[in-house]
Amino acid sequence: MSIRHGLLALLSQGPRYGYQLRAEFEASTGSSWPLNIGQVYSTLSRLERDDLVTRVGADDEGRFVYRITAAGRDDVLAWFATPVARADRPRDELAIKLAMAVTTPGVDVRQVVQAQRTATLRTLQDLTRVKAAAPAEPSDQGDRAWRLVLESMIFQAEAEVRWLDHCEAFAVRTAPAAPPGAPQDAAPQDAPIEETSR
Amino acid sequence: MSVLAMRDVSRDHGTGAGLVHALRNVTLDVAEGEFVAVMGPSGSGKSTLLTLAGGLDTPTSGRIAVAGADAGALGPAARAALRRRAVGYVFQDLNLIPALTAVENVMLPRELDGVRARRARREAHRALEATGIGDLAERFPDELSGGQQQRVAIARALVGDRRLLLADEPTGALDSHAGEEIMRALRARCDEGAACLMVTHESRHAAWADRVVFLRDGRMVDSTPGRTGPETLLDAR
Repeated sequence: MSIRHGLLALLSQGPRYGYQLRAEFEASTGSSWPLNIGQVYSTLSRLERDDLVTRVGADDEGRFVYRITAAGRDDVLAWFATPVARADRPRDELAIKLAMAVTTPGVDVRQVVQAQRTATLRTLQDLTRVKAAAPAEPSDQGDRAWRLVLESMIFQAEAEVRWLDHCEAFAVRTAPAAPPGAPQDAAPQDAPIEETSR
Repeated sequence: MSVLAMRDVSRDHGTGAGLVHALRNVTLDVAEGEFVAVMGPSGSGKSTLLTLAGGLDTPTSGRIAVAGADAGALGPAARAALRRRAVGYVFQDLNLIPALTAVENVMLPRELDGVRARRARREAHRALEATGIGDLAERFPDELSGGQQQRVAIARALVGDRRLLLADEPTGALDSHAGEEIMRALRARCDEGAACLMVTHESRHAAWADRVVFLRDGRMVDSTPGRTGPETLLDAR
């Protein structure tokens, strides 16, 4: 994870140069993840090596401008479409993914939220099955300790679902009316109005 | 076998500018022994789904079968009979009758079914045993904890031949320990063959289900995969 995907998401909105990417990355993630410019350039050079971005010359102050390639677009769309596995540093990537989803044109935030919610609920179901298979009251100290660890994982997953519910409600409530040129999905929006007013 | 089968079910409220699609083209099965949880934001159609499944309301279009009987093909009286015979409800508010003991509360629907008192009492004791509170049968509701009262309500919902349990936020205002007691009781009833459809906004409770379906704007937008049954195992080969 995933400065790389963050930068690609920003570049999918148009060509940028390094300092601009750093500023926008930090603004998008609420400055919860400060970057130094060296990280930005080393990430950009790896992206360039992997043909996910290309350098398109310099502006008049000699700063390199980067543009996303078709492969880069595919990569960032695949990132948005894939739920984060809870095993690897879940919260950071998820928060950044949602922050990026809100600002990236053509990404349906509710879809991103729902894919994650389903995945997290599956995790929660798995954890609950483990709990259900054990007796309601743990029999010894070892069982009790293990139960607490299990509960901590259950609470984390539960918190994530609650946060996702909140994000969805927030995104729906604050969505701008059809940003120009953004929606690729031309499906009629005939959802009942009452939903969006909550 | 499906205890509840909903096919392409829609429910509209109002007309013209006031038309609201409370539920749109929902297809859902709950099999014998299956526990299905429904999640979704307020106004997404969860309660509408439950009232339709229980025959308390009729769909604008689509078909609903309970225990093999097509609810839409029945007249009001036959539908009411199906509802009483096949479906049990557990609500957030416990609705136990305070002047009756636990076992008398559970007997009541069987007596309304026309079953003789002695047999109804025997069945009620069995139902209370099954929810783990057989020893509390002679207590009055105000002598029971919230979790115990809700287990009486589950016993009452499943007494007799009732196979389909519809639960609307059954853990209500209970604390997390009592909430878990209820989930264990529901899980156990399903493992013994009951079918349960539960609406909840608590993911930790939904996670006790075999399958969680998500509603949004009256549509089913996603679901976790069902449990791995024999059919699925065969398919995987």
